[in-house]
Amino acid sequence: MSAYLELENLTTHFPIYKGTILRRQTGSVKAVDGVNLQLRAGEILGLVGESGCGKSTLARTIMQLIPNTGGSVLLEGRNFSKITGRALRSERVNFQMIFQDPYASLNPRMTVYDTLAEAIQTRQQIGGKLLLGKVAKLMATVGLPANQMRRYPHEFSGGQRQRIAIARALAPEPKLIIADEPVSALDVSIQSQILNLIAKLCREMNLTMIFISHDISVVKYISDRIAVMYLGRLVELGPATEVVEKPLHPYTKALVSAIPVPDPQVERRRQRIILQGDPPSPMNPPAGCAFHPRCPYAIAACKAQRPELEQKEPNRLAACIRVGEI
Amino acid sequence: MALLEVENLRTYFYTRGGIIRAVDNVSFSLEQGETMGIVGESGSGKSVTCYSILGLIPRPPGKIVSGCARFGGMDLLSCPKEQLRRVQGKRISMIFQDPMTSLNPYMRVSDQLVEPLLVHEKMRRSQALAKAIVSLEEVGIQDAASRIDLYPHQFSGGMRQRVMIAMALISRPEILIADEPTTSLDVTVQAQILELIKKRQKDLGTAVIFITHDLGVVASFCNYVNVMYAGRIVESAPTDEIFARPMHPYNAALQQSIPALHKKGQPLFTIPGLPPDLTIDFRGCPFASRCAHAADICKEQNPALKQMVSGHKTACIRFQRGEIAEVGLRNVVSAV
Repeated sequence: MSAYLELENLTTHFPIYKGTILRRQTGSVKAVDGVNLQLRAGEILGLVGESGCGKSTLARTIMQLIPNTGGSVLLEGRNFSKITGRALRSERVNFQMIFQDPYASLNPRMTVYDTLAEAIQTRQQIGGKLLLGKVAKLMATVGLPANQMRRYPHEFSGGQRQRIAIARALAPEPKLIIADEPVSALDVSIQSQILNLIAKLCREMNLTMIFISHDISVVKYISDRIAVMYLGRLVELGPATEVVEKPLHPYTKALVSAIPVPDPQVERRRQRIILQGDPPSPMNPPAGCAFHPRCPYAIAACKAQRPELEQKEPNRLAACIRVGEI
Repeated sequence: MALLEVENLRTYFYTRGGIIRAVDNVSFSLEQGETMGIVGESGSGKSVTCYSILGLIPRPPGKIVSGCARFGGMDLLSCPKEQLRRVQGKRISMIFQDPMTSLNPYMRVSDQLVEPLLVHEKMRRSQALAKAIVSLEEVGIQDAASRIDLYPHQFSGGMRQRVMIAMALISRPEILIADEPTTSLDVTVQAQILELIKKRQKDLGTAVIFITHDLGVVASFCNYVNVMYAGRIVESAPTDEIFARPMHPYNAALQQSIPALHKKGQPLFTIPGLPPDLTIDFRGCPFASRCAHAADICKEQNPALKQMVSGHKTACIRFQRGEIAEVGLRNVVSAV
């Protein structure tokens, strides 16, 4: 399997300083702490985890919007994390991002045409009729009427704005798209429209995608594989359906069981694992397995040693020493 | 007799862009100790309904055009302000979506917690403080005595929501209105908070009005549900009925668009179009333009909520006339 995108021991730490005159580093927030991951071309990877677990930092590190402090991001074998400046910018047309809030991620003073034309021109220096035609085609691709290209973002609804944001991401003809909670701000009925659009585009354009969400049911539906993140590290990785239906890691189990199912009869029969407390601070994560203070299955050995993400079943990885026992 | 009875509530907002009919002829009743859900998408009027009951609508631009809300022998919508004040935060209290913006960042948690007791019960501060510590312990905050003097920002999101719940329940209200109390929280914390509200409700016998857009939360939490669309209640029924036998096409469509109910690779069910513009005084059913079952009559006649079987009401004209028997088939639910 040749990987399209490969993360090797990727680390992003943010330094914490104390003092104003004698400023010194007193610690660091380990937002992303040694992530290994391989994506083949055309694959959709779902990334789930609670807020603060480092999902978005991981996304931004892959995009090199935040520099990594260790490890590397390999794109078709080229080390993307080593290049800077103009070279980085020209490489970045291959990667695009879709953000959560379509109210904040579009420039309110630019028309849809301006927004999309600018994005197209990052790859191709074209203008005039040719550019106009490209913008119109893009709008059609995401299901917006092309005659609305002279409008401003505020004239569109939330779902339509997210379509504009998707069109902008597609404009430079990228190979990889990172979607950071693209449907979380939308209502259920609009959410399904956008999910359908994303699924269709990925299939038709053979896009590789990292789909970040806190909603496991959405991720299960759209992605091929799911990676579960806890406190800066991956704790489970495997095919989407299997991870949700037969989770290996106790954290994944708890996450799945916490989701309310829209069926009152199922709800009455369910046994919930309710985790105690909040996720610990990534400033000083607990020793050993970071999940052990909240884990219902934790034993003494869990405190002693940090488990590595390793293969437990064919195609399935988990970072838990008790996978076979629980 | 019902604990709270809301009848023909209409709340309009008079803005430069026109009159927004945010809540248009809403009626429901709440029984003692019941948990009633109000579900709907953003802009459907679920929050405005509850704000109207508690007198929290900014006036102007808002105006309660008609209706009454009978509670304990008075009408909350027309009673004098002083009388309403004795109800707010005492007999009916509220938790909001975002605990960071609804707690005062400049006040210690202790000062905020004792306020309802000082105002409503005229307690002495020391006595109120002791009660506040107990109430914090009851919502699962350990070391309450030492943490009560902290500021809201020193608590995590889930802990802040616990403080909000403690504050809302401290004067043992008869009704608790929870406006999307878990929407800004992580699923694992959401499960904790829902469990907590359930437990405290059982202890105190409080009735809960639970506003949410999440059908999963409704299924696990409420015994009665009102589905709102474009400022109106379009269907109301016991929770099991709402899911097993939807009688309004909007409710059915909403349930069908949940990703959990779909197989992989099968395109998601979507509702075409957008909710109507509430500044236009349209005739007919607000869902007609997006409805797969719509006929000419839907665009002409204003639908009214009618009881079909015991406890199950729908505002679908065609369903009421028996022209459509089933508004949507439900797929088999897989876990998650």
